[in-house]
Formats: sequence, structure tokens, C-alpha cells
Amino acid sequence: MAVREIKLCLLGDAGVGKSSLVLRFVCDTFNACSESTIGASFMSKTIEVNEQSYKYQIWDTAGQEKYRGLAPMYYRGAAAAIVVFDITREESFHTLKDWVKELQQLGPPNLVMAIAGNKSDLDEMREVSSHDARTFADSVDALFAETSALTAKNVLELFVEIS
Amino acid sequence: MYWCFASKETILCFFTLILIDVSHPDWSKINKHIFILSEAGKPIYSRYGNEEKLVTIMGVMQALVSFVQDSDDTLQSLVAGNRKYVFLVKGPLILVAVSSLEDSVPQLQLQLTYVYHQILSVLTGAQLEKIFEQLRNYDLRKLLGGTEKFLHNLLDMMDRDPSFFLESVQCLPIPVHYRDSIASSLQHAKTKSLVFAILITENQLITLVRPKKYNLHPADLHLIINLVNASTSFQSCESWLPICLPKFNDSGYLHAHISYLSEECPACLVLLSTDKDAFYELAESREKIIKRLTVKSNCIPVISEAITTNKYGLDYIIGSEIWHFLYKSKTYGQFVSPKCRPPYNTVEEQTRLQELYKYLHHRMHASAKPLKLVYRLRSQEALLGWISETFELYAVFNPLVSKTVAIGNVKRLMAIIKQEEDKLFIVNARTF
Repeated sequence: MAVREIKLCLLGDAGVGKSSLVLRFVCDTFNACSESTIGASFMSKTIEVNEQSYKYQIWDTAGQEKYRGLAPMYYRGAAAAIVVFDITREESFHTLKDWVKELQQLGPPNLVMAIAGNKSDLDEMREVSSHDARTFADSVDALFAETSALTAKNVLELFVEIS
Repeated sequence: MYWCFASKETILCFFTLILIDVSHPDWSKINKHIFILSEAGKPIYSRYGNEEKLVTIMGVMQALVSFVQDSDDTLQSLVAGNRKYVFLVKGPLILVAVSSLEDSVPQLQLQLTYVYHQILSVLTGAQLEKIFEQLRNYDLRKLLGGTEKFLHNLLDMMDRDPSFFLESVQCLPIPVHYRDSIASSLQHAKTKSLVFAILITENQLITLVRPKKYNLHPADLHLIINLVNASTSFQSCESWLPICLPKFNDSGYLHAHISYLSEECPACLVLLSTDKDAFYELAESREKIIKRLTVKSNCIPVISEAITTNKYGLDYIIGSEIWHFLYKSKTYGQFVSPKCRPPYNTVEEQTRLQELYKYLHHRMHASAKPLKLVYRLRSQEALLGWISETFELYAVFNPLVSKTVAIGNVKRLMAIIKQEEDKLFIVNARTF
């Protein structure tokens, strides 16, 4: 059986939980005091869906402004991009819109885009409604899921859907 | 030159002291504080407390510096009470150290230079200049966000680790044939854009391969060691990030591929490239290196063992007479020191030990009167410093030993170091 390779990159504002989503997907763990990513980190994971093996090669990028200029290097060669925002921080949703715009303009033509509203376990602190996020995702033709790296909700599902 | 204008200096300094005391109730407990501000007086970093709340003090500092600059002079240091205030103006930044520890003014200036280099490693000198040329009032914290931990860690390391004031690195002791085969593995993974291949563990160097034309300055190596030490985000993945090494080239970035050899082995491999798109190329180099280290030479368990047991070190020399020492080989630009044993087994005692070494180092390197040999008896230990053409030795002894016994110990120590030289130091410099 052939293994299908999926090159994937995560983008989004600092502190939204990109690394935590990757950690949940790759190692199925959660680190409450995880540090901010420096530059970008690369990880891979193979999973099987409907008897087909997929090897995910994941670029987890740093959200800080100064690393922003490096992002094209990671999404240029990618087949899919997950753009993450934090449902408890509206500002991160604005940053997400900028990322989506950049991907539409400069990203590869067949890029599969997914939008993840992370930290869904903190519903009582929500600043971005599911409805708004979903409407925006539909308008840019992106997959959408509300995830929680803490409780693992929808994390695997999101990655599988991309395949 | 030292700025001397007693009356005004005293008044200004007095102001600074009052302001600092008022804004920080715990100030008396802090023995070394570091501030970074822009030339316009905007806060960038404070080692303790919130830099935002220290706007007034930073303003005073900026005023002090520019007041002296107006008379075409440079403010280097002030002494007030038991505190030294050391200033360093570098490009568009003002760095200030306030210390009540033993650190001498040149030692504090060196520490501030390291702090400045740490900022350059994130931004490059060229970018830093450009930012402030465009906007004198720029809030640099926006660009340094997420890297404060590297400044914190660097400052903590400088208080504990003699590498910095010795301006050299410590190697992990391992038998020379193992070190050679590790270096060969690194050499074999050469790619077009690879400049330096470095294997480190905590604060020790295992091996380094460099181009024939370039050397890696210890100050640059300290930045790399600090980077790896300060972050847990490099574990269990491969990282790729830009880093500026100011001594190598302060106007541009190198690109670092950082990974640990394995889950079990705490040795970190750093591959530095000139090409920002070379990640996959270096990931392949890493694969080759690990394969060679595992299949061909079985070096990974040796490295792990050397790290965890310190099997090949000089710990056995420490006894009832000689309590601790630092030996720097000037030939190799590296130093060796044993692990700290009682009485130096607590953080406080280790810091105090560093203070003794800094005092000794300063006594011997004081520009006014450098010394070759120093012996001091202090209440808790006897100190000996000895500098020759080829080495620097700093040692602490039981205060009850006689000078003769101390010297006998030193002779024995020197003989052992000579005998084990190729295990303790990287003696064969490797190039691509």
C-alpha cells in the first residue's frame, strides 16, 4: 500500500495554540506551560484512514510578528494549511483573516485551507462566535472546525478531514 | 575614560537610587539588575519587575547617558554605596547593569555586551539600526516578543557559569577516539550551504566542525548554547530558525537546524547554513550523522553516558584539600572544571563560588596592575590564581591547608590535566 504524503503548515497569531494542536495530533499529549515556538518546527506522523496510510509532514510556525516574513517558505511547498485563531481572542481572528488573504494571493493554487477555532474548552470566555467563523470559512472555501488541544476535541478529525 | 564630575554625579545617582527604591520594594534583595532602553529612553527590557513601570528610572538613565554625551564623553560607570552602575551604549540601545556583587566594571561591561549580542542574534545589527533610523521612538518589545526567556536565561547563566568571564567554552570530557569519530560523522554530512556543525550538551561542547576560513568565536557559541538551553521547544522535533551570530557577521542571519540526537540522548545537534531554504538538505545531513553515529561507531550511548555520569571528568581530584578549580587552556581556548561538590552544592554557594572566581579573575586581569600569581586567604577558603603563557588556573582550597600543600596539589592537578589533555579538550580542530 502506498503512503500518501501530506505537506501541511500551521499559521496564526502568537499564543493561539498551533504547537499544542500539533502536539495533540502527533503525540496525543498536552503541555499546559508550553513555550512559544522559535522560528518553526517540523514534525511528521503517519496515520491510517480507510486502509490508506497518510504521512503528515507538519510545519509548525512561530506566531510572532518578526517571523512573519519567513512564512512563505513554509506554505509555498504545502498541500494544506491550517490557520488557527483563539476563540477567546477576537484580535487573533483578525490576524487569521490577514493570513487567509495572504494565502489566497501568494499561496500555491491548489492549497487546501482549514480554519481552526482553538480553545473551544473555554466557551465561557468566547469572543468569536461559531457562526461568524463558519460564515467566514465558507466565504473563503475553507474547512472549519472548533478544536481544543486540551480536551483533544476535533483535533484528529480536523487533520483527517484535510487528507 | 571614566567620567568624573563628583557633585552632579552624586546628585544624579542619588536620584536614581531613590527612584529605584521607591518603584521596587524588593530592590534591596536584588544583587544584580539589568535594564535595556532605547536611545530615546523607551523601556525595552528589565531583568526584574515590569519594564513598563520603570519608565521613570529608564528616563533618568537615559538623561545620565545623554548628559555626558553632550560634553563629547562617554559615561561608563558610577559607584554609589555598595552598588556599581555600569553603562554601555551600543548603536541605538543603552544597556545598564546595577550590581552589588563582586563583578568588576570590565566584567559587567562584558556581560552587557553579551546581552547586546543576544538582541542582535534575534534582530541583526543591520535591522536594529534601520528600525531606529526610521522611527527613533520605536517600541522594540514588539519585535523581541517571545525571546525574553533567552535574555533571562543568559543573565542567570552568566551568574553561575564561568564560561562567560573566561571567554571560552567547556568541553564534555570523552576519550579522543570517540570525539574523532563523532567529528568525522559531522564532516561527512557536509552540504553546499552548511557552515558550522556543532554538537552540544547543556553548557558543554562535544565537537564542532567549521570551514577552513572561519572560526566560531566563543561569544557566538555562547549564544547558541544559550538558545538551546533556554528553550524546551526544540525537543522531540526538528527546528528551523534564523540566528545572527554577531562576531561572525552582525548584519545577516545564518539559518539553524536544531534537533536532539534521540529521545534518550540529551545532546543537541546544531547545523548552521547560509541558505534559508536549506532545511530539507540539512534534515538529510542530520539523518546521515545519526546513522553514522549509530551504525558505524556506536557513539550515542558513549555520549549519553559521558553526560549522565561525567565518567571522564576530573571530579576525583576534588578532595579535602582542593575544593574546586577552573583551568583554562589558552592554547585551545577551552576550559575545564569539575562538578560542584559540597560545600558548593547549593545555588547560593555556587553563586558565591563564582563571585570568588570573578574577584580572582579581576585581580589578575586588572588593566592597571595585572598579576601572574595570587594567593589569598579568606575566612571560608583559600584562593589561588596563576596565569602563564599557556594557561589560567583559578582554584579554591580548604582555608586550613598550608601554602606548600596547596602548591603540591596544584602541581598534581597540572600533571593530570596534561596527561588527560586529549580527553578534556578538543585538541584536533576539524574543518570541512
